[in-house]
Amino acid sequence: MKDEAANLPYRLPPRVFDARCKACWFSLGLVALVVASFWSLDLQWGQFFSAEAARSMARFVGEFFPPDLSAPFLHKVLVGSVETMAMSLLGTLLAAALGLLLAVPASRLHEGDAAWARAPTRLVLNALRSIPELVWAALLLISAGLGPFAGTLALAFHTTGVLGRLFAEAIENAPAGPGFALRAQGVGPLRVLLFATLPQVLPQLVSYTLYRWENNIRAAAVLGVVGAGGLGQLLAFHMGLFHMNKTATLLGAMLLLVAAVDLLSYALRRRMMR
Amino acid sequence: MNTIAAPARPVPPARDPAWLGRVFWLGAGLVLLWPLFVATEFRPWVLFEPANVKISAQFIGSFFPPVLNPEFLLMVAKETWRTVAIATAGIVLALGVAVPLTLLSTRSLSISALPGRMARLPFVLRQAVRGLLIVLRSVPELVWALVFVRVVGLGPTAGVLAIALTYGGMLGKVYGEILESGEQQPTETLLRNGAGRLQAFFYGLLPGNAAELTSYTVYRWECAIRSSVVLGFVGAGGLGQQMDNSMKMFNGGEVATMLLVFIALVALADRTSGWLRRALG
Repeated sequence: MKDEAANLPYRLPPRVFDARCKACWFSLGLVALVVASFWSLDLQWGQFFSAEAARSMARFVGEFFPPDLSAPFLHKVLVGSVETMAMSLLGTLLAAALGLLLAVPASRLHEGDAAWARAPTRLVLNALRSIPELVWAALLLISAGLGPFAGTLALAFHTTGVLGRLFAEAIENAPAGPGFALRAQGVGPLRVLLFATLPQVLPQLVSYTLYRWENNIRAAAVLGVVGAGGLGQLLAFHMGLFHMNKTATLLGAMLLLVAAVDLLSYALRRRMMR
Repeated sequence: MNTIAAPARPVPPARDPAWLGRVFWLGAGLVLLWPLFVATEFRPWVLFEPANVKISAQFIGSFFPPVLNPEFLLMVAKETWRTVAIATAGIVLALGVAVPLTLLSTRSLSISALPGRMARLPFVLRQAVRGLLIVLRSVPELVWALVFVRVVGLGPTAGVLAIALTYGGMLGKVYGEILESGEQQPTETLLRNGAGRLQAFFYGLLPGNAAELTSYTVYRWECAIRSSVVLGFVGAGGLGQQMDNSMKMFNGGEVATMLLVFIALVALADRTSGWLRRALG
């Protein structure tokens, strides 16, 4: 007769510390990273939480009031807002077009597609994506000069990287049926793309583009800090000269602009979902 | 003798039947876009004016070879660590902002909402906290940094605080959405049976949503690394500040090295965050 326990032996929970416990090592690494970060940064909390800092903060916020609402300045703010809005819109649209152009070589369109350009195109997209808008703007100022043009191009470059990658994933994940049916009839790759693949993924592409537009209006608002036009340029200028009342108006305009775009994009995306 | 006419076959259209509409909307779109091109002073030919081409070519030409001497590389390594440290410290503080505000604002932990409608006071409080989160995340981190640079001076403190506030707002909002879209039953049962809100959170909400919450946090950490480079441009230290300096000196070699390091850093953060999110399921 086999020696068998009536009940299963009581299983002890795993020991908390164990050399093979991945989660423990991970937590340990995380704690180390956080501690090292705070320790190496010589953060001046003493200075920040001192009474003097509180006073200077209060004075600083106090200077914001009343916001400058005189007609000529409001006009300037309006022009800046329009410029920011145009930068974000055009930057996003250009990026959507370029992103789509690059997404096609960056994706495997059907099984058995050699897709020799896939890896190099993705490398380009990643490089475009990992450089932030502001750094692009600072680089482009040299060739495009000060002003909103550099900012628009900067937004377009960074967003091309982001959208190109998202578009490529969308194209690769599209159902293969319609494309296969057309290819079986001898239809060429361009037409397969135009009439089978794109119509299926278009709503998704538009939704990604709208989402990036929300991001880009935020980015466009601050790009001017390096001289690339829009509200940011006014902000950097007036903040540098300690025109706090004007700064307050500009910050208000930024918040309104961002909120308006968020609302609009949310409404559009909801409409598309239905 | 009469020939039998072949029955007329419908000829499939050789062209896209909708081409007229497509061309029309393309044209209309371009006309509508025209004001945008004007407002952004969109003049691509400026890029190709001889003077500009010369400057650009000089700058881009000076990218090669990238500066690779040991002391510069050591400095870049130090600044890279600073960039990562600012992002990490910022995210940790952002958690300190986001977690309490999420607990205050999430509907799932409302006791008065159990029978149906939330009572007025808790409703107003929750909306107020949500408003605060919206304001926190609507102000771009760069603007927060500009403000804090005024108060605490140049240095990483301003960058850390800026990331803490903006990301606190973002994390708080998304945490709330995640908690409210998940399974509500366990939390509700706990609350109905007399558990406190914190108990209901720890034993009802958190276990079900922990993976998603962590994965979003990791993704935001990756974004914070990108932000912290940008914050360097307004004087928060790190890779961004060095890049700004080198750019002002037109030192293309140094810019090239730092761009490469930066691309590698972002790719690494991307990998780490992808790996972590997969490990978390």
